[in-house]
Amino acid sequence: MNVAPDKKPGTVISNLSDSYRLSILIFLILALVPVFARYGAEGFILDLVNRAIILALAAIALDLILGFGGMVSFGHAAFIGIGAYITAIMVTEGFGEALIIFPIVVVVSTLFALITGIICLRTSGVYFIMITLAFGQMLFFAASSLSTYGGDDGLTIWGNVTILGSDIFADDVGIFYISLGFLIAGLFLVQTLVGSRFGRVLRAAKENETRISALGYNVLRVRLTAYVIAGVIAGIAGFLHTSQAEFVSPATMRWQHSGELIIMVALGGMGTRNGTLIGAFAYVLLIQALSDFTQDWKLIFGPLMVLAVLSKNGGIGRFFAYVKGGRNRA
Amino acid sequence: MSKEAVIVPEALLKVVDLCKNFGGLRVNADVNFDLFSGECLALIGPNGAGKTTLIHQLSGFFTPDSGTVIFDGRDITHLPVHARARLGLARSFQITSIIPSLSALENVALAVQARTNGSLRLFGIAADEKTLNDQAFEALQMVGFDKQITTIADNLSHGEKRILELAIAIAMKPKALLLDEPMAGIGKHESLRLIEILKSLKSRYPLLLVEHDMEAVFALADRVAVLVYGKIIATGTPDEVRQNAEVKAAYLGESAM
Repeated sequence: MNVAPDKKPGTVISNLSDSYRLSILIFLILALVPVFARYGAEGFILDLVNRAIILALAAIALDLILGFGGMVSFGHAAFIGIGAYITAIMVTEGFGEALIIFPIVVVVSTLFALITGIICLRTSGVYFIMITLAFGQMLFFAASSLSTYGGDDGLTIWGNVTILGSDIFADDVGIFYISLGFLIAGLFLVQTLVGSRFGRVLRAAKENETRISALGYNVLRVRLTAYVIAGVIAGIAGFLHTSQAEFVSPATMRWQHSGELIIMVALGGMGTRNGTLIGAFAYVLLIQALSDFTQDWKLIFGPLMVLAVLSKNGGIGRFFAYVKGGRNRA
Repeated sequence: MSKEAVIVPEALLKVVDLCKNFGGLRVNADVNFDLFSGECLALIGPNGAGKTTLIHQLSGFFTPDSGTVIFDGRDITHLPVHARARLGLARSFQITSIIPSLSALENVALAVQARTNGSLRLFGIAADEKTLNDQAFEALQMVGFDKQITTIADNLSHGEKRILELAIAIAMKPKALLLDEPMAGIGKHESLRLIEILKSLKSRYPLLLVEHDMEAVFALADRVAVLVYGKIIATGTPDEVRQNAEVKAAYLGESAM
């Protein structure tokens, strides 16, 4: 695998394999986190990284429609909420079997994405932002008024998700690796989609919708497909969220949470292979580190965010690529 | 159904009594014309005559207020843009319309892909599909695109982008081509080259050519229709139109003759 002699920085091929290796490196480090957590590192690290993994999964899904498709959805957290609430309610009602919960989460997320997507995708720009936000808030208020299932205060689940009688979901390390597995599968899926015929049309429609429809593509249908896929992945993230936290609250789907997902995508550099992944971890870990350091962490976090997003290379992911490219050229 | 269209010598594209208003402004008034298989019909007229508005209605970006557009024996007046493209009515744009961040080859491959139900395939790397790339390459060769096919479209010169857009249009294997000012913004040297390219396309595709460049119009057109203030004031061979007093007065002027 020595490609160094004929490697030309900036060519698509070499960037692809570089970023592919970076993905693998990130996943390897993540896979070792439970080991570090057991030997020495603080125990809450496992919980923190697990939450970051689940958020990263939702953010990767958002990147499909936002970074690659150009759809700024401010209601993406609604899908996390759908998955999280279905899981919490089913466990509460005594149906904790993952093989039953999971398909229901997928079906309901699909339906919600189809119905809201057909409406939202007729608009664009600010209107799309507002209407996705509205649908998200609708679910937020619906969940807040679910007094049987915790209402405003949220719902702590007594019992846990099981799979074929196994309690692996209740085990800290078990759920960690399950989440990581979904994250790897999610990233692989999104990357495959983006490179496919479908993804090429999606990306091109972001740049020039007129041209794409003039070629004979039904842009609405392509975008709706992406929107549904992103919704389902976020729904699965919700399922993992409840399994891991054993708690769900309406805050999961408030619009600020959708905003945080957008920040993760933007932070990492939209529409890059690893950007969103890095962005999500940077976001969660940075907040943790800064809030340990000072109570006024937002004062530092805000400007950092502005710098990252406005930097001419657009996000941390591109920044790394830039640094690496510069070194290769030197 | 298409068999009948072959037996009856009908126009490939038939525009009947097309009207379009923007508020109080009458942009197209009772426009009638036919485009026949194998011909190049040039649509000329001064700025603001309603040429682009007309093209927009033919390709579906605008809906006419009244009138009918019939393509290949089918009423397409109310079909959406993508459905018309599917039926084989391809267009280029007055302002170059390409995908800036994709390579020249991928821009054309997208057009090839569109013919083969291209957006439904979720797996496999599109950029590596040989059948798509081969056909795209063929289309690029047909228009004499001489830059690296991997050049990012945004880095091409204006003239090369115009040529790329032609390659995109023919890669759709259309039944008819609507070209909205293909020579717009092109320098003298490149315009001669573009006329040669268009001449070679003329034998393959029926062309509806909207153009300001009279040299191009008279080099290419079999028939010319003159649109002034939204109305077609004359239709005929280039020579007939050249001699038409009304056209002279409204449009061409003494020096152009």
